[in-house]
Amino acid sequence: MSVPLVDIRNVSHRFGQLAVLKNVSLMIEPGSYTILLGPSGSGKTTLLSILGGFVTPSEGKVFIHGQDCTAVPPAKRPTTTVFQDYALFPHMSVGGNVGFGLRMQGVDGATRAAKARDALALVGLAAAFDKKPHQLSGGQRQRVALARALVIEPAVLLLDEPLGALDLKLRRQMQDELKAIQKRVGTAFIHVTHDQEEAMALADHCVVMNDGRIEDEGPPERVYARPATRFSATFMGESTVLAGTVTEAKNGIVTASTAVGAISLPGASPAGGTVALAIRPEHLVLGEAEGDVALGMAKVGDVVFQGSFRRVLATSILDAALQFIAKAPASATVQAGDTIPVSCNAQDIILLAD
Amino acid sequence: MTMRAAIRLAAWVYAIAVYGFIFLPVVVLVLFSLQATSFPIPPFTGPSLRWYQAVLSDARLTSALVNSLLVAVVSSLASVTLGFLSAWGFARFVLPGSALLRGLITLPLTVSYLIIGMGLLVLFNWVGVPKSLLAAGIGHVVINLPLCFAIIYSQMGDHQINIERAARDLGAAEWKVLLMVTVPVMSPAIFAGFFLSMTFSWDEFVISFLLTRFETTLPVEIWNLLRSGLNPKTNAVGSLVFAVSIVLVVFFELTLLRRKPA
Repeated sequence: MSVPLVDIRNVSHRFGQLAVLKNVSLMIEPGSYTILLGPSGSGKTTLLSILGGFVTPSEGKVFIHGQDCTAVPPAKRPTTTVFQDYALFPHMSVGGNVGFGLRMQGVDGATRAAKARDALALVGLAAAFDKKPHQLSGGQRQRVALARALVIEPAVLLLDEPLGALDLKLRRQMQDELKAIQKRVGTAFIHVTHDQEEAMALADHCVVMNDGRIEDEGPPERVYARPATRFSATFMGESTVLAGTVTEAKNGIVTASTAVGAISLPGASPAGGTVALAIRPEHLVLGEAEGDVALGMAKVGDVVFQGSFRRVLATSILDAALQFIAKAPASATVQAGDTIPVSCNAQDIILLAD
Repeated sequence: MTMRAAIRLAAWVYAIAVYGFIFLPVVVLVLFSLQATSFPIPPFTGPSLRWYQAVLSDARLTSALVNSLLVAVVSSLASVTLGFLSAWGFARFVLPGSALLRGLITLPLTVSYLIIGMGLLVLFNWVGVPKSLLAAGIGHVVINLPLCFAIIYSQMGDHQINIERAARDLGAAEWKVLLMVTVPVMSPAIFAGFFLSMTFSWDEFVISFLLTRFETTLPVEIWNLLRSGLNPKTNAVGSLVFAVSIVLVVFFELTLLRRKPA
């Protein structure tokens, strides 16, 4: 097996008494787009700072190209960072900003200018070479920061919530561009975000973090369809979660008793243990057209029209603590106050150890 | 209505009284520097530039003027450099007893120039530094360094930390980060500190008086002149000092108070 581009081994970090990373290990493949996804305080930004060299971890090691980079300063490691606030040099022109890294490498002025122009063209800002950063919009500054970090051809590009400061429309547009630029340059990108839509749209490899640990990692399709933990099931997309106790487990079929009755589904889990059953909103069936697992009656609390679908929140009649989150077609006639049967198909239920 | 008019009138009177109180002595000084006769007392006999001519042809005064400029420029450069470096150190590194050390560095702002001058006199005497322009210059660094530190430290916010980080991330060595990024970004505060130090050094009297002997600065030379009685020449040289101070203060205001680019 070839050496992974980045190999994070058993990294832990504390700020004073507060443990922000707890024994995290992660490998990054060359040319991949990795997303570190998690709520604030999950340690994802600290992990990125450790990769960039701005923070030296309390324990553990970081290898890049097989070399121990744990304590190598930012200037000497093959990573560059796109900062959340862009951190452009306000006293330099856009061209000066983009050429800065090359200048530090001792590249001559003409080559520097040519490469900076190429990098600006890559991000669609060829005309901004002579402008000052304060003359640009937020989205344009973002591109300059990206060009500045890419022009010195790092092995890994680190992006700290790069789209966080942009409005929604611009964010979606920049998201598509980031992906396209990454494919074109082939550099490994590691991108921190708390936006799960951004994660699903961009990632080749999605790493879900919570409370200083990696909860789940893999292709976003797999993480969405078969999340490894309850946290990952609720953070990466929404889920209805049923708590249950396993009453029988044999021949690859698990039966669990829940507030809405016994549910059998494919899977394996020790009898007597507690489990959580997660169901994605698009897999819940509302009304008479039933799936093969009945989930009882529910009273509809709220119906929100979302354009292409209606988001339905309903409370189970059998257990007031159980809240169904379902996606109904835009044409559905369901209304707040209705009492309707809810069901789903057994193979769509995600079995999670609790 | 009459009440409001009375208040307006009172406000105007008050304003004129305040500004008159502040500026009348200076106006009188400048006015009688243009006196044509030998005494700076009414009636006004000018305008005439004969006393300015007398000042500029007086070798002692002109050499004192050059000395003053030299001491002001060199001591301000030293103050602003040391002030910048200490502000950067305090803003960017976690130091033990940081608040206490910051307090100590700004403490000389509250000590009278007389005490500082006397202290330096005793100290220089002890270590064998003779009374000289250099000694006065060091005294001016002592009073101006805390000022430069306070101005620069107050402008050194967290938003520049990421800019410095970005420079490091792109391969800049620490001294390059300072020279190519931090200094240019902080330049308004640095220039403000420099010009304010210049202003204070330029018309500082007590420390220069205590620490210089043969070559001396302009305020000390003016004091020597005053000992032989009032004469429009003192007014003329005072007006020159005032004019230079005005120019320095204008530079200070322009650099510190100009709008920052977004």
